[in-house]
Amino acid sequence: MNNENKINSSSLAKLARLARLEINKDSEDNLIKDLNEIIGFIDQLNEVNTDNVHPLSSVTGHELPLRKDEVIDGDINEKILENAPEQISGYFVVPKVVE
Amino acid sequence: MSELLRLNVSQVLEGIRKKEFSAVELTRCYLDRIEKTKVLNMYLEVSADRAIKMAQIADEKYKNNTARLLEGIPIGVKDMFCTESIKTTASSKILENFVPTYESTVSKKLWEEGAINLGKLSCDEFAMGSSNETAAKGNVINPWRSEEKRSPGGSSGGSAAAVASKSALCAIGTDTGGSIRQPAAFCGIVGMKPTYGRCSRWGIIAFASSLDQAGPLTRNISDSATMLKVMAGHDPKDSTSSLENVPNFNDFLDKGVKGLKIGIPKEYDRKGISEEILKSKEKVIDFFKQNGAEIVNVSLPLTKYALSVYYIVAPAEASSNLARYDGVRYGLRVDGDSLDIMYEKTRGVGFGDEVKRRIMIGTYVLSSGYYDAYYLKAQKVRRLIKNEFDEVFKKVNYILTPTTPTTSFKLGSTQDLLTMYLNDVFTVPASLAGIPGISVPVDLDKNGLPIGVQILGKPFDEGGIFQVGKVIEDSANFDLFSEGSYK
Amino acid sequence: MRDKNNIKPGQIQGQKNLWEMVIGLEIHAQISSNSKLFSGASAQFGKQANENVSLVDAAMPGMLPVINEYCIKQAIKSGHALNAKINKFSVFDRKNYFYADLPQGYQISQYKSPIVGQGSIKINDFENNEKIVGIERLHLEQDAGKSLHDQHPSKSFIDLNRTGVALMEIVSKPDLRSPEEAASYVKKIRSILRYVRSCDGNMEEGSLRADCNVSVRRLGEEFGTRCEIKNLNSTKFITQAIQYEAERQVEILEEGGKINQETRLFDTSTGQTRSMRNKEDAHDYRYFPDPDLLPLELEETLINKIKDELPELPDKLSERLINEYKITPYDAAVIVEEREFADYYEIAAQDRDGKLVANWMITELFGAIKKENLSFNDNPVPPQNLNELVFLIENNTISGKIAKEVFLQMMKTSKKPKDIVKEKGLEQVTDDSVIEGYIDSVINDNRDKVEEYLNGKDKLFGFFVGQVMKVSQGKANPNLVNQLLKSKLK
Ligand SMILES: [Mg+2]
Ligand SMILES: [Zn+2]
Repeated sequence: MNNENKINSSSLAKLARLARLEINKDSEDNLIKDLNEIIGFIDQLNEVNTDNVHPLSSVTGHELPLRKDEVIDGDINEKILENAPEQISGYFVVPKVVE
Repeated sequence: MSELLRLNVSQVLEGIRKKEFSAVELTRCYLDRIEKTKVLNMYLEVSADRAIKMAQIADEKYKNNTARLLEGIPIGVKDMFCTESIKTTASSKILENFVPTYESTVSKKLWEEGAINLGKLSCDEFAMGSSNETAAKGNVINPWRSEEKRSPGGSSGGSAAAVASKSALCAIGTDTGGSIRQPAAFCGIVGMKPTYGRCSRWGIIAFASSLDQAGPLTRNISDSATMLKVMAGHDPKDSTSSLENVPNFNDFLDKGVKGLKIGIPKEYDRKGISEEILKSKEKVIDFFKQNGAEIVNVSLPLTKYALSVYYIVAPAEASSNLARYDGVRYGLRVDGDSLDIMYEKTRGVGFGDEVKRRIMIGTYVLSSGYYDAYYLKAQKVRRLIKNEFDEVFKKVNYILTPTTPTTSFKLGSTQDLLTMYLNDVFTVPASLAGIPGISVPVDLDKNGLPIGVQILGKPFDEGGIFQVGKVIEDSANFDLFSEGSYK
Repeated sequence: MRDKNNIKPGQIQGQKNLWEMVIGLEIHAQISSNSKLFSGASAQFGKQANENVSLVDAAMPGMLPVINEYCIKQAIKSGHALNAKINKFSVFDRKNYFYADLPQGYQISQYKSPIVGQGSIKINDFENNEKIVGIERLHLEQDAGKSLHDQHPSKSFIDLNRTGVALMEIVSKPDLRSPEEAASYVKKIRSILRYVRSCDGNMEEGSLRADCNVSVRRLGEEFGTRCEIKNLNSTKFITQAIQYEAERQVEILEEGGKINQETRLFDTSTGQTRSMRNKEDAHDYRYFPDPDLLPLELEETLINKIKDELPELPDKLSERLINEYKITPYDAAVIVEEREFADYYEIAAQDRDGKLVANWMITELFGAIKKENLSFNDNPVPPQNLNELVFLIENNTISGKIAKEVFLQMMKTSKKPKDIVKEKGLEQVTDDSVIEGYIDSVINDNRDKVEEYLNGKDKLFGFFVGQVMKVSQGKANPNLVNQLLKSKLK
């Protein structure tokens, strides 16, 4: 197993930012330890020779199914908004975004 | 316990047809049982009124001679299936108030065949776990030796425990790396993970899209076959759903194993596996031999890398699948001054530790500079693992392995992350290859805890798996109502 | 130092150096489909917020994408029209990022394996020379929803109607060298997509938008660092934004500064670009193949069939119109700008003098449409009527001058020119004796001028022509008038 730590406090912050996850200060050390442990574990894949191997992203044997260009959905505003934490005049509402 | 609770699916269908009891009576029995087994913490939501209504309709159908395939069968549903007007949370705080306006394809198929929805069953949060300890609403307790507070396994722990404790006649679950088979083994029931693409994923909360499969958890093989027949089938709303014909799986059950070649992969006898489980496997080998099957030693050398592949692929897909839980359109929202702060707080508060760990790992393995080394590498090894199975299935018809390395452990006893992950070491390879697998109970260990074995088959050969499983079931004679099971 | 007047478009004379712009465009073109790329909700502009939204578009838990076959065909067709390679194998990837109008938390797009590979189109540069612009790729992806930031003091409103509408992202090579070229490239792409009817090209409604990658370099040197200006929805803004941005970069570089590679926004009110606020987020999109979808594998026969069905494209059409109708390259360029114009022209010019029809169409018809503020398709003169009008001119039924009057009536009433001419009695007079009558009366009324003319004041001839035409109320055939006047005034 690889003992070199790939995740430290700053890389953790970067990942947490990308994933939009607030990490409590007091759980940070444990999380770093866990992540490094998992990364150490998955690093064992380096032992496998994968030269000229085509990556497998789906085990499905069939072809991509295609849909006809028909409008068969929509017009369900109420259902769409039913679970919204905040809505005004049929819109979802979020804190103001400044671009 | 009411005698009605002892009946399996075919007995129930016959009993109602012969007017020995009604669907409403049976449903009431199960609802009472759910009350009595509350301490096991299995149901997140009991839909009692709806269940009675559905049972009344079922009784009507019997009266009119229009009873359908599962008319009156009370079923529990893992909380990963979206159920219309019934709260669906994936056992997560982030969805604590989510009430879908739609019904998952698989559960809908069950209701359309007359099954009765008892309610929603706890699971590991977003199906991420092997012990049911990551559920937001607390652990489910394994009905076996329940006083010892053991894990029912996970992630479909609630589903397995409900069936084992007779709080549901059947249940449905999802299996991403073993989440049906491992809890089935821990709870002494039958758990079937079909071929990837067999059951529609539409309306099932996604964990890892290339691995997730729905399947039944039942008391015996025949119930499993009946359930799968209804659950399976092509769904145009799921692009990965198979067009393969769905046979009548019950037709396979009496065919026996005579002349079949059963492969025993040597790599599954790994260090750390319980002696008793190995003994059970040997016992099953004897069953096969006695019934005329040929036992063939095979090798799946990449097995030891399967978990590593899994812990790259599944978190990667999960990190992306779980991005939609952002507090904007449904579920929990924790306010923040800006959109980003709102996102971070909502997700920080809404997700539990295991989910966070997997999102972070998934984010890491996909991030720039690491994609090739982890994600792409894992996809390549996944291809090799699939090829390895393809090769072995040229030599044998089925593969026999233990389902789990250990029997159920005490809740809270596994502190080490990787030890926990090892629970799935025997189930994950089949998930990566997309092939079907079943766990069948064989024995109780010296602590009185169930032991299961796993049968794996070629894609879409669930029928054959039931056929082989039935031989184990008949020979093992495992008793779900024996000493130690929940009274 | 170089004379400012010698500077070509796309060049900037700094204090120290002469700079050149290097521009590449990413055009997002909405496919004109009925439903969205991965859901069955309508792809139309919604009347109400969140009206054209399905559970899939709102990224409800457990929802899955299923691809629209029509959109795939439109991408293939557009790829052919851009002279590009169609890839038989392409992959849909997830581009992961968080934004309020991106419900899934990722956009389904194509990253490493797009449906369409390299191609090229022809544009005209500032000296009206043909220039080939390389196309890097065309890929399919989902559009995002819309955020409204001006409805509430502290909140943004989210409308998902546009979420999931099919987009073709067309990426050019960095082959463009001036804002004008960029504009002409966008117009050409727009025109091509409209010809094949894969995109309506409505820039105002946002059906076609461009991201402009702009950098500057000293003439002939290596490419500099570029900035991307997002989401420009008119050729005017594209031109302004590129010019501003290039000048901004030159200023920084001449002062010894460095350009930060960043995403910028164009402020239409100030004509300036500015850095986007959230730029501190180093983007890491974590692309990976969408496990909810499978790779798209296309049959050669389908690719070829779509190619065979391709309509005549503007370049070819222009060439044919020049040859067939003997019009000028300029006329042809105007006529092929829109497929509707060309269709109109070919009906109007059937059996007529093509050049004459082109003149009428470009000057009179387009002029009137512009003046009346009409859309071309709403214009009250069907091409058959213009054809008839030119026929009446050609066979001397009316003069060109009368024709203009008739045309005004055609615009007003939508009537056929023959009927207007008949009703108003505007037929040209070609009867010698009638015209001689007019001439006689003019001679009688202008005895003194006739005297002067006969005494050598040749210039007065025009005056007599004018008077005769006036007496005939413009209806006399001018050639006959000339001829007969000459013999009478001997
Ligand atoms: Mg762009
Ligand atoms: Zn794009």
